[in-house]
Amino acid sequence: MRQFLEGSRAIAETIKLCKPGVISAYPITPQTHIVEELAQMVANGELDSQFVNVESEHSAASVVLGAVATGVRAFTATSSQGLIYMSEVLFNIAGMRLPLVLTCANRAMSAPISIWNDHQDSISLRDTGWMQFYAENIQEAVDLHLIAYRVAEDKSVMLPAMVCIDGYILTHGIETVDMPSQQEVEEFLPKYKPLYKLDPREPLTMGPLADPDYYMETRYAIQETHKKEVLKLIPAIAADFAKTFNRNYNGLIELYHIKGAQKVIVAMGSVCGSIKQVVGELRAKGKKVGLLKISTYRPFPCKEIYEALKNIPKVAVVDKALSLGSLPPLASEIRALFFGKKQKPSVISSFVAGLGGRDVTKESIKEMLRQLNTKEKTGEFIDLKPELLRENYE
Amino acid sequence: MNKHLFASGHTACSGCGQSLAARLVLEASGPSTIIANNTGCLEVFTTKYPESAWEVPFIHSLFENSAAVASGVEAALVYLKKKEDIHVIAQGGDGGTADIGVQALSGMLERGHDILYVCYDNEAYMNTGIQRSGLTPFNANTTTSPVGSQSLGNIRPKKPLPEIANAHAIAYVTTATVAFPQDLQRKVKKAHSLKGPKYIQVHVPCPLGWRHESSLTLEVAKAAVETGLFPLIEYENGKLIGVRKIAPKPVQEYLKLQGRFKHLLKNSEALKQLQEIADYNIQKYDLRAQAT
Repeated sequence: MRQFLEGSRAIAETIKLCKPGVISAYPITPQTHIVEELAQMVANGELDSQFVNVESEHSAASVVLGAVATGVRAFTATSSQGLIYMSEVLFNIAGMRLPLVLTCANRAMSAPISIWNDHQDSISLRDTGWMQFYAENIQEAVDLHLIAYRVAEDKSVMLPAMVCIDGYILTHGIETVDMPSQQEVEEFLPKYKPLYKLDPREPLTMGPLADPDYYMETRYAIQETHKKEVLKLIPAIAADFAKTFNRNYNGLIELYHIKGAQKVIVAMGSVCGSIKQVVGELRAKGKKVGLLKISTYRPFPCKEIYEALKNIPKVAVVDKALSLGSLPPLASEIRALFFGKKQKPSVISSFVAGLGGRDVTKESIKEMLRQLNTKEKTGEFIDLKPELLRENYE
Repeated sequence: MNKHLFASGHTACSGCGQSLAARLVLEASGPSTIIANNTGCLEVFTTKYPESAWEVPFIHSLFENSAAVASGVEAALVYLKKKEDIHVIAQGGDGGTADIGVQALSGMLERGHDILYVCYDNEAYMNTGIQRSGLTPFNANTTTSPVGSQSLGNIRPKKPLPEIANAHAIAYVTTATVAFPQDLQRKVKKAHSLKGPKYIQVHVPCPLGWRHESSLTLEVAKAAVETGLFPLIEYENGKLIGVRKIAPKPVQEYLKLQGRFKHLLKNSEALKQLQEIADYNIQKYDLRAQAT
């Protein structure tokens, strides 16, 4: 049913339809609306779930870890400092192969403290073993949560998934969303049946000590699951999703006006909406530009990106995060996947935009496209204010 | 019937007080128990893959979060309507409980989960090589509170964690020791019979860290109680309902058994300070047995 909803409300309604038995969270802006809504649903008796108010994000993640280990579907959400505070537990959840779903309302990292959007929080946790999905709009945010649970809980995967939603832009934005029905969700997402759980009838030990004779294989197994199972499964599950909900995703990447394009922008998250608008306008003027949107950042769909970009002359990669002291993260991976390949773009320029909530406007996007006409850029900041960089002290 | 819930064959040191206490706690809890364990000696010597000493469901996540993991286990059992049949235990050492895990513990106690928290108190970080924790006694010699020309060891007395737990207005708070196994098991059973959060701190000598003969574990543990340095107390719903009465012995009787206090034995001022701590406990909890 089509409804005019705030992003956080839409996500909360979606989680409700997934019927998690345990929800635990700690307040942080701009995530908080999601769990406030869920708390109210539990309070109203609309959702049968244990809502556990904790004293920190570290404990929020630990509570849902314990719940999933006991065989119950669970949910948490956070942002920024909260996500990084959870990070120790997030590594642990992936290592223990527990299929949790977490919403990250993307927000910049302190210092200086900023409650506004960029991708530094989740990008900094790309190596935890979690799958990471990035939503362009509220509809995708809704749909990716359903897909995330389905992929995470698949017997061939059993890994946690993070759905990354741009803070404010999507959490507090209001859009028309086609909300799924309970029946549709149940058709697409079966009841969680754990492969293993804490049960006195069949005692098992979770989280043992692995010495050098055993540790490496556990990491190899996660890597193989990402590379082989997940990359194969996501498009298949997305196709299944289309059957139930009549919305088509590839799940890994989306191509927008790629055909015949001379310049393609690569980006993730809500900025793709603005890029699509610019691409549309420029295409109408006969300019051959396009967009490659990355929906699944972990596992990284190298093959799909390679196939899509190998014949594109010029590529601009937009990072809303940094790896301070090195190449921006997304750009470094896009460049790496073309290393040693014969067919590849002649220019892969790297741009940094929208840090700490600075708007990425249509003009910002056009500026990146203009800079593709010059020599290859690496980590070029867009919309910097030079007047703030002048040294004003002796 | 419950004899082998904590199996032999684990790799604890000989004379380990913690392994003895863990077995006693689990035996008293029975097979329908789920355990969440902090990182530490107990987890390391019982779960080296592919072996496990635990014949009940056991989960180890991190150093500081067993109270929160157990909260999630308990919440899931409540959701599944299985909590009535299953005991949930969160446990850890003194560092994992009193220092890095105290926030998670406080959260668990405050939220009212039906969980028994067991702190195995061997008074330092033994798993990493005897570093001082918040529960290390005054003037104890550890690798991070070493004795030297400017130092007599740990600079502060033990953090009063049972009192801190009790301040959360929970069902049951008690201390116990491996020296009195029946008392420990009675307290575990009593804890499980009460709804809500429960906290037990069990004094468990560590021959390696305390530097005593491994055959003396129970004797050392007993001396801690008999000197008043580790008082056995019991709070129910915030009210002190029982203490183990003692005919107090001088603190030297406890200190002289252990290398970590060796430097104090000829220091009358330091001995006086430790005796004051024991005397404070004796007075505060009215530990002195009536003369007969």
